[in-house]
Amino acid sequence: MAGTTDLSNRIAIKGLKDGLVVSLGAESTWAEVTEALMARIDAQAAFFQGGRVAVSVGDRLVRSAKLAALRSALSERGITLWAVIGTNPDTVEAARLLGLETSLQQIDEYRELEPIDTEVIGSEGVLVRQTLRSGGTVRHGGHVVVIGDVNPGAEIVAGGDVVVWGRLRGTVHAGAYGDERAVVCALELAPMQLRIAGHIAVSPPNDNRRRPAPEVASVRNGQIVANPWKTR
Amino acid sequence: MSAKVVTITSGKGGVGKTTATANLGVALAGLGHRVVCIDADIGLRNLDVVMGLENRIVYDLVDVVEGRCRLRQAMIKDKRLPELYLVPAAQTRDKTAVSPSDMIRLADEIRPEFDFILIDSPAGIERGFRNAIAPADVVLIVTNPEVSSVRDADRIIGLIEADEKGPGKLVINRVKPEMVQRGEMLSADDVIDILAIELIGIVPEDESVLVASNRGTPTVMDGGSLAGRAFNDIARRLLGEQVPLTLPEASLSWLQRFMRALFGSPNGRGG
Repeated sequence: MAGTTDLSNRIAIKGLKDGLVVSLGAESTWAEVTEALMARIDAQAAFFQGGRVAVSVGDRLVRSAKLAALRSALSERGITLWAVIGTNPDTVEAARLLGLETSLQQIDEYRELEPIDTEVIGSEGVLVRQTLRSGGTVRHGGHVVVIGDVNPGAEIVAGGDVVVWGRLRGTVHAGAYGDERAVVCALELAPMQLRIAGHIAVSPPNDNRRRPAPEVASVRNGQIVANPWKTR
Repeated sequence: MSAKVVTITSGKGGVGKTTATANLGVALAGLGHRVVCIDADIGLRNLDVVMGLENRIVYDLVDVVEGRCRLRQAMIKDKRLPELYLVPAAQTRDKTAVSPSDMIRLADEIRPEFDFILIDSPAGIERGFRNAIAPADVVLIVTNPEVSSVRDADRIIGLIEADEKGPGKLVINRVKPEMVQRGEMLSADDVIDILAIELIGIVPEDESVLVASNRGTPTVMDGGSLAGRAFNDIARRLLGEQVPLTLPEASLSWLQRFMRALFGSPNGRGG
């Protein structure tokens, strides 16, 4: 069993915006570096769980069987191997055959996007373009916009406003840092529980005869109220 | 020709995964296809009991994974249908005895020789569920028309989507037409409204299912039962046949039947 310092010399882990990059030391054998990587992952399982990893192999030759084995070993630990970066053309070809990315180019381009100048001053938010199913959670310090439904059992916590272009049936907390001006809008506003800053409300018992209409919930006179959406 | 791997899962326990697996296995084999059913519920095996093959178990899934026998030796041949096999779960171990990549490897090993590999998933969202969906080409989510099982199905669909196994197809099991009609039970429309995935079958509550499970002869084998026919329809839809989705008859008033005759099935929409 190798010591900690020895292990950390074999691999280096670096965080990027889109995931982690693991660089494998050039001196060690493939078996040694993968063993070191798995040991590191198992030691910090919670940190790696659900993550995506790119592996930088330097100039070594890695056949597709070894890459596939690495991928399944990682997937057993809840980690997605999405890219293999190397200089050996056979390694690159093997990675490509397995459907893996072979460069980080795409993310870099994405990261270099310049912010667009606008005349209106906006504030930060996150756009979620999928239905949030039970167990799904979105937490963000700014605003949260969902294009899709928010099903019962899903949860949104936002520092700012919450906009749901769909049916809101889960739990939602807007103005989570105490902003009472925060609002929650949905095409169909029927949350399990709705919170704005420190106020809590639940939806009235649902009335199936009523046609769903877009509504906005906000705090008025210390109470959460929902009003039909009207353009001004 | 390579087998299609169909995993049957639900999140919640007791909604009818094992019954569905056994009946779909029998239905597909009855339609002339080569079928293997794999019980992935290690530690709580049931599929062998429901299929009436319990007394013939020699080796199980864990024996195969740990190399004590070849996969072929663990496959129990059904006495009634020539092309139906069962790989039973181990009763003495737990889910960690098998890994997702083991399941992929086993499925790949038998793919060339079969048309369908049905995997009966355990309840829950942990390792056993991960094992069961790892090799899946198609995932069937079984739910009952009641709020808690729909909630769990929703969670499962989210997990399957995150695993890039597609949204899956929905089986609504144990529907009581009279209760739906009285507004005391969620209707298929209510369930689809939340889950928003393709509906592949509605199975009515049917006492013959329980009787058949206890006897170890899946209800499809009897032919006549309502649930048996519903499972047969699901099997044919899995084969790509266009079988109209119908509500169990008792749930339709004369007006609904009239409307259906005019405009087609109200449950025919996909997700």
